[in-house]
Amino acid sequence: MGEIVSLEELAAEVQPGCKLGVPADYCGVAMSATAAIIANRPKNLHVVCVPVTGMQGDMLIGEGLVGTLETSAVTLGEAGGAPRFQDAVRKGSFKLMDATCPAVHSGLIAGQKGVPFLPIRGIIGSDLLKTRTDWKTIQNPFSDEEDPIIVVPAIQPDVSIFHAPEADRFGNVRIGRRRELLTMAQASKATIVTVERISEESLLKTEDSAAGVLPALYVTKIAVAPRGAWPLPLWGEYGVDTAEVARYAAMARTPEGFAAYMDGFARRLREAA
Amino acid sequence: MPGYSNRELIIATIADLLDGIRHVAVGASSPMPAAGAMLLRARNEIAKRERVRISILGSEEHNFFTNGGVELFDCTAQGRVDAFFLGGGQIDGEANINLVGTGDYPQTEVRWPGCFGSAFMYYLVPRVILFREEHSPRVFVPKVDYISAPGVSDGIVRPGGPHALLTGMALFDFDKQKKRFSLRSVHHGYTAADVRAATGFDYDAPEIVPETKAPSAENLSILRGRVTEELSESYPAFADMLRGERREAA
Repeated sequence: MGEIVSLEELAAEVQPGCKLGVPADYCGVAMSATAAIIANRPKNLHVVCVPVTGMQGDMLIGEGLVGTLETSAVTLGEAGGAPRFQDAVRKGSFKLMDATCPAVHSGLIAGQKGVPFLPIRGIIGSDLLKTRTDWKTIQNPFSDEEDPIIVVPAIQPDVSIFHAPEADRFGNVRIGRRRELLTMAQASKATIVTVERISEESLLKTEDSAAGVLPALYVTKIAVAPRGAWPLPLWGEYGVDTAEVARYAAMARTPEGFAAYMDGFARRLREAA
Repeated sequence: MPGYSNRELIIATIADLLDGIRHVAVGASSPMPAAGAMLLRARNEIAKRERVRISILGSEEHNFFTNGGVELFDCTAQGRVDAFFLGGGQIDGEANINLVGTGDYPQTEVRWPGCFGSAFMYYLVPRVILFREEHSPRVFVPKVDYISAPGVSDGIVRPGGPHALLTGMALFDFDKQKKRFSLRSVHHGYTAADVRAATGFDYDAPEIVPETKAPSAENLSILRGRVTEELSESYPAFADMLRGERREAA
């Protein structure tokens, strides 16, 4: 529970074929750990993006490790579209489960609560329903009027991974206002976290510090990775490295350019730290 | 020269379209809607009218949510978000929007990022403004290749749809009964025929199409002063571009 390990040991938790939960760029993406995961080459991952992804998802796709992609969007933000994602979609290289953001949140909240599904408004009439046959339309059981509503099944990732500023030596992790990380972790069978630093003092010590904490109960393993979200931002700590993301976006347009980028990625992560 | 740029006209038009709202959410990469919302907030403050709250998604400073990414959607479902902006790689004459791609799904030839929250927000926000600066037949198509969110939904509790469609050339209203757009006005520098030629779907239009209301001197002054300053915090590149346009015009 909240065991502090090496980055390699942490990355080994991501096994071939597992359902992997990853957060959006604004929540802290574990990029150092992503390089370590890629080194292990776990194939056929089912990546659940909470609720969208960017460079991390694009890299896993480019490396041929994604069997299923469940997401509301893939984008490199200001750097534009995600090139490996776009190319793989054209080729039909993986199973695509397009979603809409609140439906991903609802699925995880159902997972968090241990209930089989959650109802959600909207969606009816969208083409999402043509391929998301796992989403059902039911009659609101509490209404006498006709009131169709969508229900989405619980999402339970095998393992979720994110990067945060700080954990304490007891395995508690500071998540601040990024409450979707709490939902994601509680819905998941296992959660692995990289952090900028480990504090000696318990994050649960005061009411103020405890408010934005994911308790160790939900944390499987923690590894220290300074600047571990680079080149993506980490809330309250550092901004996005715009030039580096743009460099990725340009190089990843071709498989060869992508391979060349990835060739030095792990080394540049170490340098950036 | 009309004394204002096309962008300034669009921003002032957005402020007018938002008039009366109390809470608007805008995307982190949507500087024009944010500028329109900030203009409304500033001029309401000056006129001592209702306070306007702006949530800039993804911003750490201009966002009061404390429950993570889900709070926008919960807040919307509770009826606490009055206005929102959506666009689309394609928009058709029934106001269906496509944020997914062109060609046959799933192996679309051109793939865009994805639906994001559109398949929820389009239904649940009372005043959704469709905004797309590029006004061309490749955007405004007869029928979208993929419906991320429909313009009209019959038989459901919160059917949604657009309040208006604003482009770089024109402003349209949408009739939810007829499922059709109608041209309200054309921006300075364009004609009704230009709009017809650049629009791939059919729509209604009055015999004489008025020009989009020019921004007042007061609005321009607030926009060029306070709003440009406020924009610099979240959209520095866009604020610099507005300043640059003004220098060129001067």
